[in-house]
Amino acid sequence: MKVIADSTTMLRRNFRHTMRNPVALFNGIVMPVFLMFLMVYVFGGAFSVGVDYADYATPGLMLTTICYGIGATAIAVNSDMTTGFINRLRVMDVSRAAVLNAHVIITMLRSLVAIAFVTGVAFLMGFRPSAGFAEWLGVIGIVALTVLAIGWLTVAFGLAAKTPESAGLAAVPLMLLPFLSSAFVPAGKMGPGARQFAEYQPFTPIIETLRGLLTGAPSAGSAITAIAWCAGLTLVGYLWARASFNKRA
Amino acid sequence: MNGSAIAASGLRKAYKDKVVLDGIDLDVKSGTIFALLGPNGAGKTTTVNVLTTLLAPDAGTVVVAGHDVATETKAVRAAIGVTGQFASVDDLLTGEENLLLMADLLHLPKAEGRRIAGRLLDRFDLAEAAGKPAASYSGGMRRKLDLAMTLVGEPQIIFLDEPTTGLDPRSRRTMWEIIRELVAGGTTIFLTTQYLEEADQLADRIAVLDQGRLVAEGTADELKRRVPGSHVRLRFTGRDELDAAARILPGSTRDDEELTLQVPGDGGVRSLRALLEQLDAHSVDVEELSVHTPDLDDVFLALTGTANKEVNAR
Repeated sequence: MKVIADSTTMLRRNFRHTMRNPVALFNGIVMPVFLMFLMVYVFGGAFSVGVDYADYATPGLMLTTICYGIGATAIAVNSDMTTGFINRLRVMDVSRAAVLNAHVIITMLRSLVAIAFVTGVAFLMGFRPSAGFAEWLGVIGIVALTVLAIGWLTVAFGLAAKTPESAGLAAVPLMLLPFLSSAFVPAGKMGPGARQFAEYQPFTPIIETLRGLLTGAPSAGSAITAIAWCAGLTLVGYLWARASFNKRA
Repeated sequence: MNGSAIAASGLRKAYKDKVVLDGIDLDVKSGTIFALLGPNGAGKTTTVNVLTTLLAPDAGTVVVAGHDVATETKAVRAAIGVTGQFASVDDLLTGEENLLLMADLLHLPKAEGRRIAGRLLDRFDLAEAAGKPAASYSGGMRRKLDLAMTLVGEPQIIFLDEPTTGLDPRSRRTMWEIIRELVAGGTTIFLTTQYLEEADQLADRIAVLDQGRLVAEGTADELKRRVPGSHVRLRFTGRDELDAAARILPGSTRDDEELTLQVPGDGGVRSLRALLEQLDAHSVDVEELSVHTPDLDDVFLALTGTANKEVNAR
């Protein structure tokens, strides 16, 4: 019960941070929307992916939106650590789970708001999914699992980084990862090396799962791979974050 | 209330091959102010981190508020409050919200939290700024808010790591007043500082930390007694006068380059008059006279060795 009460208190604090520093949320929306314009209106016509490009790119953009939003989390976690705020909480015997949970939960809320917004824009740009209610639930579930995994990894990055600046940088590889996945072009069309990387990195099965759900052709195989990746990354992120939290004084 | 609030023995801590704490023993009585004095890098913050459960020592035991830090961590945390070297306030929250956050994390009832926050804001002169984000506060206000946040839980023992570093003189005096009030109310204070004046002003006992070792411990007066006593320094215009004075004042120390003579003595009016009469009687001209009483600076420099070269050169 103490964990829940403390998590709620910390979440309320992080929520205030987001509301008072809306730049974090704004960045997490503007960049993906810009990227969507770029992909759908500028490049998309040149890619032949077999379906309408807005339909093809939206699942990848959902994931990209998550990645653009997490820089703010890494910086927030790191400044809590470097300013001594986390030490203050540790001496007060606030549960470490509460401090970290709150950061992960606010990241999820921010990401879901940003994804909802980006998806709305996608509809305006011609995104016409054939998903029914159950498929949409599946989409939300996969998105939530992905944010959970990336959220914990980001919290771990934030705790491990020496300064807020380097914590912010830690998010950059995650922002690049969607480009080396099947987010914007099918992996099969990439050059050697890039193709293998795209096929085996976690974002591809996640994107393929979302794409399958949205276009009414869900693939159980990629769903299982996607869920396994999310579970594995969540575990790694969680254990790493916990170890960093305990180690740094 | 005469028991030990903090008792540590044989504390050691090393990072790889760098020894940070090299066998520290401390005993702080309840209701007193204890100052840990030392230059940057002496190990002050590491000591505070060990005493406040944030860092496990490689060796040694610590008992705080009657509880073993290693095995009864929760009980120790419930009894202490820590204000770190950098004001760790939440910049995006207002002063009042910072205090209420602490109250919530301590699971105080809402009404009580609000009452305590209001009282602390008044007490620390922050009521006017209570609704403004802490980011807009001055350095002195941030420190006060930081300390106020520590006080929400009414800790018996408060650790203050360099509470006035970087503050202007006025804010420093305000902080000293607050610390004195806390002790008057029965709280035990463990503070670290690199300012001798601060330790001299506030502390009942002072320990001097240098390179991970305690090189001295005692009251300010006891420490002052550990350096060579007060003396009178005479300066002359020429070698002849110096020679003459050295002959008539046995037990004095001469410095040929500076043309000075150090005469042991308490610098009181009576002994000064006697000294001058003696010199007059032998017609020795003194160009300049100064009385030197040791202060904590002398103690500090003598003990930590940083000024050894300077002392020898004199």
